[in-house]
Amino acid sequence: MEMVKLTINGNEIEVPAGTTILKAAEQMGIDIPTLCFLEELSSVGACRMCVVEVKGARALVASCAAAVAPGMEVQTHSPAVMEARKMILDLMVANHPLDCMTCDKMGDCKLADLCYEYGVKESIFKGEKHNYPVETSNPFIMRDMNKCILCGRCVRACAEITGQDTIDFINRGFDSKIAPFFDTELVDSDCVFCGQCVSVCPTGALVEKQMSGKGRRWELSKVRTTCPFCGTGCNFDLWVKDDQIVGVASNPDAPANGRALCVKGRFGWDFVHNENRITTPLIKKDGEFVEASWDEALNLIADSLKEIKEKNGPDSFAALSSARCTNEENYLVQKFTRAVMGTNNVDHCART
Amino acid sequence: MQNLNEVRGKYQQQYKEKIARPRIVVGLGTCGIAAGGDKVMAALKEQVAARGLDADIDFTSCIGMCYREPMVEIALPGLPAVIYGDIFPDKVEKLLEGHIVNKTPVLEWAAFQIPGDAAPYEGIEVMEQTSYYSKQVRSVTSRLGRTNPETIVDYMATGGYEGLEKALAMDRLDVIEEVKKSGLRGRGGGGFPTGVKWSFVYGAQGEKKYAVCNADEGDPGAFMDRSVLEGDPHAVLEGMAIAGFAIGADEGYIYCRAEYPLAIKRLNMAIAEAEAHGLLGDNILESGFSFRVKIKAGAGAFVCGEETALLNSIEGLRGMPRVRPPFPAHKGLFGLPTVLNNVETYANVPFIIRNGSDWYAGMGTEKSKGSKVFCLTGKVNNTGLMEVPMGITLRDIIFTIGGGIQEDKKFKAVQSGGPSGGCIPTEHLDTPIDYDSLGAIGSIMGSGGLVVMDEGTCMVDVAKFFLNFTQLESCGKCTPCREGTKRMLEILQRICDGEGEIEDLDTLERLCRVIKSSALCGLGQTCPNPIATTMRYFKDEYVAHIKDKRCPAGVCKALLQYTILEDKCTGCGVCLRACPSGAITGEKKKPHTIDIDLCIKCGACIQKCKFDAIVKK
Amino acid sequence: MASCSCGETTDQSKEAAMQKVFDQYRDIKGGLIPVLQEAQDIYGYLPKEVLQQIAKEMKLPYSNVFGVCTFYAQFHLKPRGRNIIRICLGTACHVRGGAKIFEAAQEALGVGQGGTTEDLRFTLETVACIGACGLSPCMMVNDNTHGRLKPQEVAGIFETYK
Repeated sequence: MEMVKLTINGNEIEVPAGTTILKAAEQMGIDIPTLCFLEELSSVGACRMCVVEVKGARALVASCAAAVAPGMEVQTHSPAVMEARKMILDLMVANHPLDCMTCDKMGDCKLADLCYEYGVKESIFKGEKHNYPVETSNPFIMRDMNKCILCGRCVRACAEITGQDTIDFINRGFDSKIAPFFDTELVDSDCVFCGQCVSVCPTGALVEKQMSGKGRRWELSKVRTTCPFCGTGCNFDLWVKDDQIVGVASNPDAPANGRALCVKGRFGWDFVHNENRITTPLIKKDGEFVEASWDEALNLIADSLKEIKEKNGPDSFAALSSARCTNEENYLVQKFTRAVMGTNNVDHCART
Repeated sequence: MQNLNEVRGKYQQQYKEKIARPRIVVGLGTCGIAAGGDKVMAALKEQVAARGLDADIDFTSCIGMCYREPMVEIALPGLPAVIYGDIFPDKVEKLLEGHIVNKTPVLEWAAFQIPGDAAPYEGIEVMEQTSYYSKQVRSVTSRLGRTNPETIVDYMATGGYEGLEKALAMDRLDVIEEVKKSGLRGRGGGGFPTGVKWSFVYGAQGEKKYAVCNADEGDPGAFMDRSVLEGDPHAVLEGMAIAGFAIGADEGYIYCRAEYPLAIKRLNMAIAEAEAHGLLGDNILESGFSFRVKIKAGAGAFVCGEETALLNSIEGLRGMPRVRPPFPAHKGLFGLPTVLNNVETYANVPFIIRNGSDWYAGMGTEKSKGSKVFCLTGKVNNTGLMEVPMGITLRDIIFTIGGGIQEDKKFKAVQSGGPSGGCIPTEHLDTPIDYDSLGAIGSIMGSGGLVVMDEGTCMVDVAKFFLNFTQLESCGKCTPCREGTKRMLEILQRICDGEGEIEDLDTLERLCRVIKSSALCGLGQTCPNPIATTMRYFKDEYVAHIKDKRCPAGVCKALLQYTILEDKCTGCGVCLRACPSGAITGEKKKPHTIDIDLCIKCGACIQKCKFDAIVKK
Repeated sequence: MASCSCGETTDQSKEAAMQKVFDQYRDIKGGLIPVLQEAQDIYGYLPKEVLQQIAKEMKLPYSNVFGVCTFYAQFHLKPRGRNIIRICLGTACHVRGGAKIFEAAQEALGVGQGGTTEDLRFTLETVACIGACGLSPCMMVNDNTHGRLKPQEVAGIFETYK
């Protein structure tokens, strides 16, 4: 592999050719702030938070998109860089509602974190702010475009992760906005509510409606789980407060799915706390369901299957399995049907 | 090639015969038409036919003297061509009577003459001796106003496609070397050496390469590219074909703004004719080189003049700039190596190849070779298009060619480089202009628009005007430009409204600095230039607006005060009745007064007053 | 129902014209913008249904098509007048009184920037430069450029466009 030598903040480092300045700095433990950059998405260099000074360059360089070059001399926190970053944050805040006290993203807001780091308290600019209505018409996603900083992560997530392309930038300049076709609400668009956009949003512009008012982010703990809805085996974290699930956080490190989830996995967890949910086995006795232990239930099933097989032969039995089972579970169903019950009568709801 | 020489010989003969006839030529560029050239054309046709005069009627494009449009040229066999200015239909009869029937030029309407080999007429200035043309050179603009742009006959008879023919016989690297040696730098504003750019694309790997022409001339006050496209469309095509051959591209795109319908029409005609003559298309002149050109009409976005935004627009996307690197030379149109030059750059190429790089490098300054086309507009007497050698001073352009300031007012500043440029004050009028010297005084060469401002221009208002433009045209991709231009405009508006604070100047300076250093594209990085230069050279005007709540030029409405001059007011009462807010009071026949608290500064009183008794200050 | 069928015929001929446009550009890389331009020439503006059809024919996401057509000033989502007036407010026109021409045009038509007269005869727009700076102040009506304007002439020029 071709290696490139450069210096960052006066220290030399060697990285593979094609590495971005941002990644090279990361290897040295230097933290360059980013907003529009996200590992899994393409880099657009739009927010300009990650700018650094490169000796000889005409202007500051977006480190998330620029590759290293031999002999490059980079300054990641020079006075010019710090002034630019602070001004950029100031400009974002100038067009952002400062209702952080009631914002559901508080504690998990990248914009707020950076403002804290760079000491941007309130904007020096007094001028026009956007005044879009907040969209709450669908059950899953709350969209407050006044809080949008137009980093475009959601647009790229929709296109590059989900492949749905429901949203895009519309208009231009100060009037730029992210919207579906004809600037409708999501519910009137071809949105599939996978919520990838919510999971990548660095501000309170896109939040999970179910989590609204259910607790500050720092009060929540994360519990890793596997999605029960289908056999894909998506992994994600549950946001939990007081032993109650309040939401789902997808995890870029999940082996099968990364950050991607579907509407069921991300938003379909509310059945967990449903009062009507069956939590113990039930056995029908005298026409009524009666609660039973697992041993009792499994023994009853085993005895009954054995009886059926003996009385009517193996082909009197058939097994139909579900797409909500994992691959392994489906394998076991056919193994059981063939090896234990002795029949090939096995099928799956998603076979066709 | 035998075939081409035959065709060329035939066309030269046709052209010779054409100019050997008594002829009347009307300037029909966009500006000529806008001034009424088409009506003059109609009147000429009608009267020549009605009177059975022996004269051909032809048309050409803009010769550059916009301030004298509509212009008509009349030439009799063996005699100088006389170019008349301000010819409206009512002058046609006398013009024909004099110059065609009586063979005597109408001296009072003549702008200048081009004698050629003939003895000049008495009493008419020769073109090269007029103050407008004496400091000019005519190389890339040499056909403008001289040939009919809608026929390949005129083009080929005047050396057209000789450059391409010569290039095709050369080694590709030698073509690039020739362009390098000429010193030609990108005429779109950046000033990057053209030959070097070509060599990057030559060396880039790709299954296919493109040559793209940036004809999205969006700078307000600039129409060089329009004039060249309308006046010499084949030169642009020939330049692109030479570039295509040199870098190994077989396809070219011209991205032309939709506001130039005539340019697009003439380009389309030129492409069709060039294809019919085998000068574009497959296997050009049996060389094995194929090159096709397509036109893409812009859709109304200034930012598409930025090269990567332009590429996105050709690809059918939102015209938002891409982060660079990768540069278009390596990953350009559809991700393939692409050379991008503007209209004037391409139009220079055939001349350079035909006449040699030494000829071109003989003009201009050490680091900026050749000539540059400028458009001079604003408060100057002679507005128009001009081609001058690099290194000429602004004073020569404005006061010699431009004939000084309108109504003998005082010069204040000249804006070069459009919305990305800067306002240059009197003290720098003697700067020899080239890419580097303009950069040193805070402005840029830009594409070549020069807008002159006089003492009646408020520089804060000018800065606000440009910011309004860049703010509306910002693509919105990067934060500094999208949000920063909006805030700069708001601050300037407050200052013009008399609500500015002295701290605003510091904020503006910081914003200028940060946007310049951190915006994504060249347009964003240069958009603070109008503010930065006006603050640098005219800070006192900003301070007057903020501290004294006064607009020294008397432009900013909110800061004006209307007063009635006691000694001039006759007490007629007209102003009192005209005032919509009841701010004027006074007894009949006695001087009236204006209550400044009630005055809404609409100016109705000034318009009505017959005695010049009301002034605004 | 006694009715005039010309409306229908027009719609049909518009659709036929659109089909021709699709046939021309369907397989051309970067064909979206020319298709939008041609569609606007056919319909006078870009109706929602036409945009949806364009997206399907060009195999592009709806959102992208909408994003592109809201980016460029040339595209319009609402019906426009038969004659498009574009008053130049570029630098050269600005310093030579372009704003007064614009005021006169507003007064003559009774509509503001971007407005369309009720009879759909005119749409009034401003433009940042039409490249006729030597003749400023100037304007374009459809593809015709009018230069060296005086405010009092504006209404008369409009009269010549039906």
